[in-house]
Amino acid sequence: MKRAVLKLEALSKSFGALRVAEAIGLEVLAGETHAIIGPNGAGKTSLINQISGALAPDRGRIVFEDRDVTRMSVAARAHLGFARSFQITQVLPHFSALENVALAVQARSGSSFRFWQAAAGEAALNRAAVRSLDSVELAARADTPAGALSHGEKRRLEIAIALAQAPKLLLLDEPMAGAGIEETQRLVATLKTLKGRCTILLVEHDMQAVFALADRISVLVAGRIIASGEPQAVRANPTVRAAYLGEAT
Amino acid sequence: MPAAMRGIPAASPSAPRALSFDQRLAAGLFALLAFLPLLSRSIASSYLLLVGERAVIFAIAALSLELLIGAGGLVSFGHAAFLGIGAYAAGIVASHGLGTLCIALPAALTASAVFALATGAIAVRTRGVYFIMITLAFAQMAFFIATSLAPYGGDDGLSWPTRTMVLGRHILKDQLTFFYVCLALLIATYLGVGRLIASRFGRVLRGLKDNETRMQAIGFTPYLYRLTAYVIAGTLCGLAGFLLGNQAEFVSPAYMHWQRSGELIIMVLLGGTGTLYGPMLGALAFLLLEEALSRLTEHWKVILGPALVLTALFASGGIAGAIAACRRRREAAARAPLTLPRLVRHLLGAGLERSRSCRRAGRRLFLRPAHLCKRVAEKARAACAPAKMALGRGRQALASLAERGLKTTVERWWRR
Repeated sequence: MKRAVLKLEALSKSFGALRVAEAIGLEVLAGETHAIIGPNGAGKTSLINQISGALAPDRGRIVFEDRDVTRMSVAARAHLGFARSFQITQVLPHFSALENVALAVQARSGSSFRFWQAAAGEAALNRAAVRSLDSVELAARADTPAGALSHGEKRRLEIAIALAQAPKLLLLDEPMAGAGIEETQRLVATLKTLKGRCTILLVEHDMQAVFALADRISVLVAGRIIASGEPQAVRANPTVRAAYLGEAT
Repeated sequence: MPAAMRGIPAASPSAPRALSFDQRLAAGLFALLAFLPLLSRSIASSYLLLVGERAVIFAIAALSLELLIGAGGLVSFGHAAFLGIGAYAAGIVASHGLGTLCIALPAALTASAVFALATGAIAVRTRGVYFIMITLAFAQMAFFIATSLAPYGGDDGLSWPTRTMVLGRHILKDQLTFFYVCLALLIATYLGVGRLIASRFGRVLRGLKDNETRMQAIGFTPYLYRLTAYVIAGTLCGLAGFLLGNQAEFVSPAYMHWQRSGELIIMVLLGGTGTLYGPMLGALAFLLLEEALSRLTEHWKVILGPALVLTALFASGGIAGAIAACRRRREAAARAPLTLPRLVRHLLGAGLERSRSCRRAGRRLFLRPAHLCKRVAEKARAACAPAKMALGRGRQALASLAERGLKTTVERWWRR
């Protein structure tokens, strides 16, 4: 069996009386695309935030490549190979699409405590950034301020930024949210090209996209994982159907 | 694939380019300042040069603050502390007979840097209003420490025995030399801050201002970059303090008073943040305005205050913003010659237009529920339609009144 890249051990988190994670145990295997589905308010985004480091869990451990990263900052985890997209897109609105990506390249290539040379002229950074933009078909928009991009383009820009980080673990928080049918198909196609290149943890509501992409699926309901396994097994699971899929189909 | 053929994108300005509009403006400003001694000699007034020196020194301070506000998004309300610390450090070593350049200047810079590091280590952990309050608190601490420095003048301030000596000689005593030294340092600061903002470090700093969440996600630790920027800005302002102390051959706690910090912010905002020539122009404009108005009446603050309020209301981009808006209009208006009355009209018009569009945007924000839930919004709209109409009419009346009033006042003033 493949080794687990990311291991969650009895992860628990509550906001007051609201339990968003109750003893979550999860293993994400190397190279797989692992989807987390669940109804609204199940704690999916909180889980992603805990994995990426934006939210500290109350109990439990997060282990990445045999290292305990539970108490590491977001930036430190990024240097270990975490990259993420956000449910509400987070780009630098006043920077061009190219610079958005170039900054991600800059973060992992050399010190950023350089005070003299103009960063926008660093050819190596820009080349890598253009490659990354190209892989999400955004190179034509390289000079557009990210704030002026359409919603779907911002989604793709986020993926380009994540790719530029050369991630080992890609955390995608509802990448299709708010995207149109065409845009969704495009994103699914882009994500398919990433399969195998890095491990992906995907939170998504769009079931078609999930079943098109995921190697394994875990179902999160009210802070607990109620099922985990191959897509077909999860689809057939009666508890899951009752709790979640039943509403959709 | 067309995108791949583009290779390196157009956005790589590695080739030497002609000066940008902003750079040309700054160069013009420096050239004007360089001729100030000539002008002051021709009207036989060394006082003008004195005001010029102060303006140049405060322009350095304003540039250092712009690094925090414009690039870092850190509105420091305690920046004047560094003016005082720079001047005190140099003054204190001078009072012990060590007032030579190779001791006094490093002392001023080191003291400012250490203070910036110590206070910044705590201050940059906070954001927004808390950052404003904490920087204010630290500056006031420095202020009260200075007032209690009994051996160095306490409340009354410390008179320097002499200006800082260079290689054992009183070179800086000569007014002309001192002015050009200050100007050279201003130009160096301008170039240095410009490079810094465009550098890798500056790009991270600007990115943090734009979206901290994203920057953290790609691996930048905000704290380190902000603290470094704070120390650099503090040290630069310490340099301005060193020059200010030299100019007056005196330093008092008033250098670090919170009012002075406020004035520095006003200079940056009046001039227009986001550019480098803006804060320099702001420092110049503020000091000249202060000088001119205080000749008119001793209650000059009564005029300055409302003038600043009007700037904030009608030209939120400051002087630089007005110039940029005016330039856009001018480009649109078939390159008509730019006469002064037209410039004034442009400036006023630009401000009014912007404030109007802001108001429109505000109204849209107010109605945003309509996009989310049509029915609720329709009901709400029906309910508050009369109130909104009244409100709109009132606003329009006010706006047109203000516009007419301002325009006639300015035109009358201009004709006179």
